[in-house]
Amino acid sequence: MTQSTTSDKAGASGAASPHEGPVTRFLRATELDTRLIGMIGALLLIWIGFHAYGYFVNGFGAFLTPRNLWNLSVQTSSIGIMATGMVLVIVTRHIDLSVGSILGFCAIVMGMMQVYVLPKYLGLGHPLIWIIAVLSGLAIGTLVGAFHGWLIAYRGLLVWRGAAFLVARGETISPVDSTFALLGGGPYGAVGATGSWIVGLLACAGIVFMIFHGRSQRRKFEFPLRPVWAEVFLGIVGCGIVIGAVLLVNAYPWPKGIVKQYAERNAIDIPEGGLFISHGFAIPVLILIGVGIVMTFLMTRTRFGRYVFAIGGNPEAAELAGINTRWMTVKIFALMGFLTGLSSVVASARLNSATNALGTLDELYVIASAVIGGTSLGGGIGTIYGAIIGALVMQSLQTGMVLIGFDAAIQQVVVGSVLVLAVYLDKLYRSTSK
Amino acid sequence: MTDRGTPLVEMRDISIAFGGIKAVDHVTIDLFPGEVVGLLGHNGAGKSTLIKCLSGAYHADAGDIFINGEKAVIANPRDARDYNIETIYQTLALADNLDAASNLFLGRELVTPMGLVDDVRMEAEARKIMARLNPNFRKFKVPVSALSGGQRQSVAIARAVYFNARILIMDEPTAALGPHETQMVAELIEELKRQGLGIFLIEHDIHNVMKLCDRASVMKNGQLVGTVNVNEVTDDDILGMIILGKTPEKVA
Repeated sequence: MTQSTTSDKAGASGAASPHEGPVTRFLRATELDTRLIGMIGALLLIWIGFHAYGYFVNGFGAFLTPRNLWNLSVQTSSIGIMATGMVLVIVTRHIDLSVGSILGFCAIVMGMMQVYVLPKYLGLGHPLIWIIAVLSGLAIGTLVGAFHGWLIAYRGLLVWRGAAFLVARGETISPVDSTFALLGGGPYGAVGATGSWIVGLLACAGIVFMIFHGRSQRRKFEFPLRPVWAEVFLGIVGCGIVIGAVLLVNAYPWPKGIVKQYAERNAIDIPEGGLFISHGFAIPVLILIGVGIVMTFLMTRTRFGRYVFAIGGNPEAAELAGINTRWMTVKIFALMGFLTGLSSVVASARLNSATNALGTLDELYVIASAVIGGTSLGGGIGTIYGAIIGALVMQSLQTGMVLIGFDAAIQQVVVGSVLVLAVYLDKLYRSTSK
Repeated sequence: MTDRGTPLVEMRDISIAFGGIKAVDHVTIDLFPGEVVGLLGHNGAGKSTLIKCLSGAYHADAGDIFINGEKAVIANPRDARDYNIETIYQTLALADNLDAASNLFLGRELVTPMGLVDDVRMEAEARKIMARLNPNFRKFKVPVSALSGGQRQSVAIARAVYFNARILIMDEPTAALGPHETQMVAELIEELKRQGLGIFLIEHDIHNVMKLCDRASVMKNGQLVGTVNVNEVTDDDILGMIILGKTPEKVA
């Protein structure tokens, strides 16, 4: 809907021009977003670049290994979840600088709940503890977000960091409930080889279903169909990526120590040469994928999503069209708060503790992810998948620079430069597409 | 005017002020079914402000609005739509980043039984109405920012016409149009009139006023100069009302 790609334009102008090259024809037939292809290209470039640098300069390419990519996926989750919400905020011409602080506040609240409050009433290790803690975190996030939406102009940056400090008196709250900790990933917090295959096959089935469903819808209303080869191509690439991801996460085995611990606990004999137990998809990654799907659905298939874009495109027109823009703002910020709460679950579970500093400056990474992913700071344009890929780009840069041993100072320079570049590209892209 | 039955719209003694400026000062106008009433006046005379009270964008400080003789409360654009009042704004009020169909149905999306937006059906409907209003319109897949002024205008007009308006407000609908498209709008107004709609037309071009309107209400500095039957006056009379604020003797 918000795409204004060359492929769209070519498709709209009717019959295929005889002069178009194979690339144009390919893009028009598959209706792929040029921007998406550009982002994936940039991502691959970063990955290969860091791997090659490590390989040639340090003698060991650490980037393109199952271990690093698996960790990368887990590290991306927290920022990625928030970035999907930030897309809505930025699309409606707002900005939310409070997500890092809200994340810290939610984490502290959840930490207090499961370490001090709930065990007193339910007893330590009660199965309900993690559920109540998560729900309280999500509720707090949503409420704070809604409150901010209500205030709009007000920025809660320091307020909530301060509140987190008051609640916890500056202590680090640890350890969190053991079930809760699974939500942060780690060897136990992953679904294993079989689970990953189930997830992968479901995803493939979903891709195939969407292609067939889209085709039948277009036929019903006599809209032009994609050529069969393009549909087949999309199906194969989509399923290929999914299966590749499954193979990758299954290729990363548990560390020896964890295997030993697990074997002792379950009375399994470790065979000669060690036991190979796959990680599989980490739970936070699955949460991110779930959030991505739900948010994409929300943005493209519901009136709520349509109104978000309308407000971003022309707030006055949206109001005149009968959209209650103020109430929409409250809802958008509440959703952002909810996602921050969710992200807070992942972040604090991953650390196995809740600290006052958790989420510090996350807002910058979240905003950067959304902008790198093609969300226009001018409002009205943005995609969920873009934000997730943007988060992956940010995290890849970060991880890659750590792996090849860049100074922290240089890392920050690079991250900042990338953000500036993204804003510049966005400007360039919009001026040429008009 | 009472011999013509109940007016479709009667805006009685409307006043609205912004700070110390009285943008609209005790103005009364009415509109009957099948009639086009021109609203004229200088820039800043208060025409658009008056009409925005009817479309729900502004809220009058004083005065009442009657629709079909019954007092109507119009607090926001949603209320206006409930009274079948549709507006084509001077600015067109289009969301530039959305395509034609999304703009056409903005705020009133067609939904599937599951409550999801039905883009395919909306596009099909948009194609139908545009085939009637502007047969040359082809660009259904691009954001409206990529359309020409005339094409954008036709999207805005389609939006007002599609939902079976009873009362149509057109704020300078031909300002951005070429001669051919202006002619198409004129024909559309004639057709809608025959269907029994009441139309408020804000227009600067005196020739269009003489051609399209049945009556003309002239405003100056927020006040109503007067309302005349267009076929009883000359264009000079109307210009005199606009420029000098002087009501022609024979109708006064």
